[in-house]
Amino acid sequence: MARKKTVGIPAEFRREMLRYMLMAREFDTAMLRLYRQGKAFGGVYSQLGNEAVSVGSALALDRTRDVLFPMHRNIGGHFVFGQTLDQLMLNHLAREGSQMRGTDGTGHYADPALRIYGNVSHLGAMIPVAAGFSMADAMRGITTVSMTYIGDGGAQVGEVHEALNFAAVHKLPLILIIENNQYAYSTPNSLEFACERLSDRALGYGMHGVTIDGTDVEIVYDTCLEAVQRARRGEGPSLIETVTMRMRGHAEHDDFSYVPKELLEEWAAKDPVERYIDRLDAGGVLSRAQAEEMRTEILAQMIEAIDRALDRPWPAAEEGLRNVFMTPTGEQR
Amino acid sequence: MQMTYLEAIADAIRLEMRRDERVFLIGEDIGTYGGAFKLTKGFLDEFGSKRVIDAPISEAAIIGASIGAALNGMRPVVEMQFMDFVTNGFNQLVTVAGTTAYRWSIPVPMVVRGPSGGGVGANPFHSRNSEAWFAHATGLKVVCPAFADDAKGLMAASMRDDDPVVFFEHKGLYRKIKGEVPEGEYIVPLGKARVVRQGMHCSIIAYGSAVHMALAAAEEVAKEGIDVEIVDIRTLVPFDEETVLESVRKTHRAIIVHEAVLTAGFGGEIAARIADKAFSYLDAPVKRVAAFDAPTPFAPTLEQAVLPNSTVIANTIRQTCSF
Repeated sequence: MARKKTVGIPAEFRREMLRYMLMAREFDTAMLRLYRQGKAFGGVYSQLGNEAVSVGSALALDRTRDVLFPMHRNIGGHFVFGQTLDQLMLNHLAREGSQMRGTDGTGHYADPALRIYGNVSHLGAMIPVAAGFSMADAMRGITTVSMTYIGDGGAQVGEVHEALNFAAVHKLPLILIIENNQYAYSTPNSLEFACERLSDRALGYGMHGVTIDGTDVEIVYDTCLEAVQRARRGEGPSLIETVTMRMRGHAEHDDFSYVPKELLEEWAAKDPVERYIDRLDAGGVLSRAQAEEMRTEILAQMIEAIDRALDRPWPAAEEGLRNVFMTPTGEQR
Repeated sequence: MQMTYLEAIADAIRLEMRRDERVFLIGEDIGTYGGAFKLTKGFLDEFGSKRVIDAPISEAAIIGASIGAALNGMRPVVEMQFMDFVTNGFNQLVTVAGTTAYRWSIPVPMVVRGPSGGGVGANPFHSRNSEAWFAHATGLKVVCPAFADDAKGLMAASMRDDDPVVFFEHKGLYRKIKGEVPEGEYIVPLGKARVVRQGMHCSIIAYGSAVHMALAAAEEVAKEGIDVEIVDIRTLVPFDEETVLESVRKTHRAIIVHEAVLTAGFGGEIAARIADKAFSYLDAPVKRVAAFDAPTPFAPTLEQAVLPNSTVIANTIRQTCSF
């Protein structure tokens, strides 16, 4: 596994990284609470333990020119790209005012103005789409890096193979991050793939590939930044495997009793948020007390956003009956 | 200008590419080779390899990348070498393209086109008529032209549409059907049926190759004094219900014909709409003529047994008109 000593990340930027990770952490924690209270429905998919990946990777992009295709566990990236808490809560809780009008939820959010294009539940399906987004700009002579994600489970879907090969052939500025969080729902790595590292596959596509510690936000950031620079130089796509642990079930209905307790304990010691607070504290960048202050402030904003969202009504029922097409066709009931 | 059905489609695409630089073509063997049916012959020379892209055999990546390009302001036209292979990109079309407008309110202006249909001695994997799948999918427009002029006009309309369009070209019509096609810009709006034969006694509602089978059957029964009206619906989605109902209200009899298999075919949908909205006008049960529920077989004898033909249609007309 590639390890790299991080140097030269300015203190202000390190505090920003922590802030985004705390936002992701508190958002997920809030969603778990809302689910238990019966206020959030559908699938609640947390990224607890994976915050360093979504935040570190998205921060490596240029938000004014690149584009993000996050998965359902990449809320951190939404924050990095400027999504407001209010809009995310309206979307997750399916309330009036959600940009998706209540048609979809569970992190499948798109906000073209912010250069965010969401996901569908069919894993791997958005990877060729992300490649095509960059291809369109390549035709115009513009390099737009598309960053997208897949899990260790989703990486076994056929469309992932097609998309990576296609991106490599056309040297597209695509970065695929495989978040290897050890389990695909209940299925462990050992029943998903037989290669040593998922990034080994990069060689077969003729692209750059690397496996890194996904719990260290600065390693993630540095590695992604290198991939972004490679893409900008016209050197094509990159495959980055980030090794982490899914600290909750597949979604909140799942008690994940199939995961050995010791494994969770082992990974809990490597918690990306807590470890980063310790590191910033030790480095004199931000004290733990200041970090807790930051967390309290975020939590307060979170609670306000939740209250505002829950005060909103459900979307009007008629929303379900319109916009199937951009140009209406007289759809039937 | 006289053109074949295939030339008419190529003409529409060429004119749109000259008019709109956002249009590009992507598919397998469409560039240097000019496509398996040579529909894009000469396109690489005129438009260059940036706009005529030879892709790997990866239907999902081809359709998926086109969706991404469409989200980013382009207007891709995707060739399936045979429409049968769209199954390999089905997820992209149905799951991603067909739900994007509804979920994100963002247009996905793209056309997925290719040769479909049987009757040419291919095999189960080069002959399928799969239009009904996409009519059932939500969010996709479905176009099935029968004539050269419509093929041109509907292709131009599809390429200018802001929704994803699945465009079924019948390979048996590519060079068999020739007709007068307007030169230059020519648009046939999606969702407008065409009455291709006026008649008093019975309405046939058809699309694609079935329109030609119906025309032959109509000539046959005309000798017996039966006057058949034929409505070519041209597009399944949007569906021009009104023109169909108007015809049935006039003739009081309806037969629906398609080359695709019978069960759960689009004919069932048309029959249901007629039963629902023109019941009191009907003098006979609504009949359907379609393929036997089987894959399209290889040997000519088997294929003829499976696919509908003008003799079966003529017999059905006689039966319907005997009520």
